[in-house]
Formats: sequence, C-alpha cells, structure tokens
Amino acid sequence: MNKEYLSRLHVAQIKENAKLIRRDITLMEICGGHTNTIMKYGIRDILPKNIRLISGPGCPVCVSSQYDIDCMIRLAEEGIPVATYGDMLKVPGSSATLEKIKAKTGNVFEIYSAEEVIKLKEKYLDIIFFGVGFETTAPMTAYLLENQICVYSVHKLVPPAIKALLSGEVRIDGFINPGHVSTIIGVEPYKEFKIPQVVAGFEPEQILRAINLLTQLIKNKQNIVVNGYTEVVKDSGNLKAQQFLKKHFKISDSEWRGLGKIPLSGLEVRNDKLNAKIKYAKIISKVPIPKKTACRCGEVLKGIIEPKQCPLYKKTCTPTNPKGACMVSAEGSCAISYNYDG
Amino acid sequence: MCYAIPGKIIKIMNDNATIDYDGVTKVANISLVENPKLGDYVLVHAGFAIEILNKKNAEESINAIKNQIKITDGLEK
Repeated sequence: MNKEYLSRLHVAQIKENAKLIRRDITLMEICGGHTNTIMKYGIRDILPKNIRLISGPGCPVCVSSQYDIDCMIRLAEEGIPVATYGDMLKVPGSSATLEKIKAKTGNVFEIYSAEEVIKLKEKYLDIIFFGVGFETTAPMTAYLLENQICVYSVHKLVPPAIKALLSGEVRIDGFINPGHVSTIIGVEPYKEFKIPQVVAGFEPEQILRAINLLTQLIKNKQNIVVNGYTEVVKDSGNLKAQQFLKKHFKISDSEWRGLGKIPLSGLEVRNDKLNAKIKYAKIISKVPIPKKTACRCGEVLKGIIEPKQCPLYKKTCTPTNPKGACMVSAEGSCAISYNYDG
Repeated sequence: MCYAIPGKIIKIMNDNATIDYDGVTKVANISLVENPKLGDYVLVHAGFAIEILNKKNAEESINAIKNQIKITDGLEK
C-alpha cells in the first residue's frame, strides 16, 4: 500500500475514533522533529476539532538551562577551547552567545560529528565538549569520554520529562513518543506511565499512524505504549549504545528550561577527571544565576502557551535575532511556528 | 537534533564505514551497532550509525525522503 493511501486511511480512522471519543483530547508530541513534520504538512489543520496537538520539551537545545549556557560561555571567555553542535552556538546567554565568543577568540568549534572533537584535541589539548542532546545523542558523547575528552554534559533523559509533564498543569491524553530516542532506549522505559503512548517515525504517514493508534487507545481506554515505528525501533532498543551510556554516565538530577529541576533526568560524567563541571568548578562557581526575561520559552516547552502568545514572538525574537532558545533550533517550537505558521 | 538518515555501508574501515546516502558518500562511525556488514543499511545520527535497518524499510524511507525533498522544492519554486 502506498503511503498516500495509508495517510488517507489514517485520517478517515482518526475521524471515526474522534466521534466515538466524544470529548476534547490533547496529544503531545515530545520530539521537535515531529513538530516540524506536523507544522510543515499542516497535520493540525486536518484533524477533527476535538483533537488538539501540542508540542512538548523535545528540542534539546531549547531545554538546556540558561545557567549551563552561561557557564559554557564563561569557560570559552576564559580561553578554554569549546566544541559543540551548531545550534548551541546561537543560543543567547545572559551576556553573549558562543558564536560571538567564537568570532572574538576563535576557540569555539562547531562540529557535526563527535569524532571531529578527537581530531581537534590533537591541536587543542584542553578542549571541552559541550554535550547536549537526549538519549539519541548521548552515546556519541560517551564515545568521546572513552577517548579521554573532557565533557560538560547537559544530556537529558526523556522518560523523566514525561513523568514531570504528567504531574504538570496541562492535561495530556496521550503522547507521541520520540522515534530516535526510542531507537536507543527501546519501549520498556515508557511502560511505567499509565497513559496511551505511541512511538512514531518522522514521515507524515508515520505521524498520522501514531495519531490513529493513539485515538484508538483512548477510545478503548488502553493506557499502554505501542511501538508504531517498528521499521527502526526494537522493543529492547540499542543494547550496545545503552551499555556505553551506563559505562560513562551516571543518572543525576537535571535543570530543564521551563520545567525546572527534574529528579534523575540528566546524564552526568562518571569520571571526575573528564567532568568539566568538576575540573573547572572554580570558574563555574563565579557564574551568576541568570535573571528572568520576558521570554516565555518555558511555558511553550510545557505546552501551556503557543509561540504566538509570547510577547517577544516575531517582534523582537526572530530566527535571525533569537531572544530565546525555542527560536534558535530548527526543532524549536517558536522557530518551526515562525517558518510554517506565519 | 535527533534527526537521523538511512544509508548503505559500502566500505568498512575498523570503527568507521563509508556510507552511501543515495549517491552522496560520507564516513560514519559504526561502533555503536552490533555486527555491521558490507551492504547493510544503517540509520545515521550525528556521524554515528545508531541502528541497522532491514533493506525494504530503508529503501522505503530513502524514497520518502526523496519525495519530501521534491515537495519542498516544489513549494520554493
């Protein structure tokens, strides 16, 4: 069956399910990649009126705390070479961005693959890797730790965020779980949450498939998790990557932009000698707690408001001059809304 | 940030492999997947293979990406 036909079938079944559910329901897509597909293909517009899709905290650049960004900027300002993924360079800190420090000092490096950091270390012996991302990206940082690279980790875990959202102020009836995070962790970690969940891929047909499955689960009152992305995700996940994560990281409390401190939701470097937060504790201790700004990224990340409701959106905050992290990344809700929703 | 794309292993060099993404080749690290072989399709994220895919699913996914590029190109013209 071709995907266009399947998509039409999903939409027809979603409409049938929506009628039988007979109440308004809210589904949250956690991954920024899903948000991008949903907005790009206008999926929200073709759903029945009683199904509302909201975006969650699934953009790792967006959920990294302002304090961690400020710490990295301070380390780079002190002359310590820093390497990280492209989007992190543009996230505004309290006083600058890593991009500005790069222009000033030349000691901030934008990388695509973690392996590039190993080559950079040949020239910059004390280079730090700013490790950002969910379970999908953390194994690459573990590979760097295996290769004796010093890391400032802000890696975060998705299941504890789901737990925090479930006790939050927005009522959520089901989750579209992230496809590539699940490639690493599998389906098992989601089973503790008694709410309908479907792991989804990133094509429009796969998103519609997930919404179809979620409406069926809600209709049948089945609070279970379904792997809707069996093309890629094994129920047990990638065991080799999981072992690698366990070897190099310990689970710790972590500060999320918008969600605050979530217990046991982060990955901290096990080896103190390779942990930049310990190695450079003296410098980091001088970084002040950031002041609150008018940016409402935090509420966007929790699904409380839509980007358009932020007073800065499209006025002073745009992709070329972002005031908040959600406008920086291609997976940030504000940037996606700016690109596709006008 | 969690984006990943499928490609085919066409050369293996210890922990690294040359991956063919429908005509474009790039080297990726394959140490995070179990027993990668020549001709396997893998899903690559940030320069690392994170899963081995079956051939049918990988080819379908590559075609879907091509279609999405066509649609995007159409929108921009």
